[in-house]
Amino acid sequence: MSSKRGTLTRIKTREKIDGWLFVLPFVISTLVFFAGPLVVAFILSFKEYSFLDQNTIWQAKWVGFDNYLNALKDPVFKKALLNTTLYSLGVVPIQLIIALILALIVDSDIKGKTFFRVAYYIPTVTSTVAVSVMFMFIFKTDGLLNKFLKLFGIPPYNWFGDVRLALPSIMGMAIWSSVGLYMIIFLAGLQDIPHSLYEAAWIDGANKWQQFWYVTLPLLRPTFFFNLVVSLIGTFQVFDQAYVVSGGNGGPLNATMTVVLYLYRTGFRDFKMGYACAIAFILFAIIFALTLVQKKLFGEETQYQ
Amino acid sequence: MGKRILRVLFYLLVIGYAVVSIGPFLWSILTSLKPTSEINNLAIDFSKLSFKNYVFLWKKFPFARWMLNSIFVALVVTFGNLLFNSMAGYALARIDFPGKKALFLAILAFMMVPGQVVMVPTFILLTKLGWVNTYKGLTIPFLTSLFGIFLMRQFFLSIPKSLEESAMIDGLSRFGIFFRIVLPLARPALTTQFILMFTGNWNSFLWPSLLATSDSKYTLPVGLNSFYGQYFQFWDQVLAGVMILSVPSIIIFLIFQKNFIKGIATTGMKE
Repeated sequence: MSSKRGTLTRIKTREKIDGWLFVLPFVISTLVFFAGPLVVAFILSFKEYSFLDQNTIWQAKWVGFDNYLNALKDPVFKKALLNTTLYSLGVVPIQLIIALILALIVDSDIKGKTFFRVAYYIPTVTSTVAVSVMFMFIFKTDGLLNKFLKLFGIPPYNWFGDVRLALPSIMGMAIWSSVGLYMIIFLAGLQDIPHSLYEAAWIDGANKWQQFWYVTLPLLRPTFFFNLVVSLIGTFQVFDQAYVVSGGNGGPLNATMTVVLYLYRTGFRDFKMGYACAIAFILFAIIFALTLVQKKLFGEETQYQ
Repeated sequence: MGKRILRVLFYLLVIGYAVVSIGPFLWSILTSLKPTSEINNLAIDFSKLSFKNYVFLWKKFPFARWMLNSIFVALVVTFGNLLFNSMAGYALARIDFPGKKALFLAILAFMMVPGQVVMVPTFILLTKLGWVNTYKGLTIPFLTSLFGIFLMRQFFLSIPKSLEESAMIDGLSRFGIFFRIVLPLARPALTTQFILMFTGNWNSFLWPSLLATSDSKYTLPVGLNSFYGQYFQFWDQVLAGVMILSVPSIIIFLIFQKNFIKGIATTGMKE
């Protein structure tokens, strides 16, 4: 009896040690490269600190909420915030609708299903730098797009060089290059819907449209919520495309300046690192608030056991 | 009759979007094979197509070096993630240890924090360590991923316990169970992670552009961006560079695409 209990205790202790050994690499890496820097970033956001300063982070001057207040007064930051919001408002709905339509297509019984899945997904695995350069070629004044539009009598535009068109062009490019990801996730959601539900709906006399409206859409809600959150968070972090297209300066006339691009420039070009951290936390607050609002709107209670 | 028209329209839409989706690649490949004088011509003179732009980039610019850097960094980061994320995910799903709940809550909370928030302090830290412009700096900070651990945990929760229990009765240790029984079962989830991690890291631009400061350490995206900045008028060469950067991740995807979709479905990503 006692030896049995002894064995059990030994196993339990062994389990506790093993558990920590399994998570150890992750815990160390997260403490050093994430949790620690997160705390430092928060402290820095209340300080005036440049990388080129002789003093350490701890000696740097405490400025209270000045960095945050300055950001709200900074016209370039405000422009970046506006651009990022417009970008997100444009990209998220369009890309989710296209992704859902494409998912329904590749989930149906069309011929060459695999080919179309692959064809629609390929832009997603391609580097944003490669995509940006490719689109600069196709969108240039004497490029393929303008030649195509000429067939319809539309005059040529300098898409990425025009103050009004640069941001919409980046939006189009972003939709094109990330639709595949959301399509695949919708597809996984669609394939999880039990066939019996469609059969039951069919027996009840529901036509294809009614089946979509009353069976597919409600059951796709969790997938839709997941995609919405990921897409929103992703669009608010847009950087690569804006950087490549504008050569890193957010031009023309800040038309492609985004929050993360401005954060990058402030922190690593102007070396205003305290200010950059404040911008980072404003971005965090926005993303956090948006996620909460969506949770409320969708009433989604995700349970993790 | 109406139904047939609808069917034709449907296929036009399906094929039309496929053209939109892969058309830019085909057009870019074609252009990369042309001589500079031909790049604005819509008509294609097949006798003039050649790989000379690729040879030129390979010989006259450090594209080969950048590619080796990209391959090395992407492989180290990907395999580090596969190992460490599945270890942590497994422990969180299966093993009872003190602090497990708090750890999982911390993961959920950290997942909400955009990576750019820690960019400045992490960069300062890497500078202090002397890791800027080294392979250490390009790989070690990126060896685990919160989202990856979350996905692996969801996956391990979904597979039955019975095999592990019988192995435990046979006297296998946790590590033995993990490496011999659980990991082989996790192949679909690992394939999905492999594709997400490899392509994600291969294409990553923001961090490498900060951390690789001399062109001997550039990865392909950083190298291509700097090459484009200097040679943007030579579109045939620039687009050859675009292809050198994008073709490897497309090939990796094509090899694994069958298991990829299955994997997305089993990792609980959609919830």
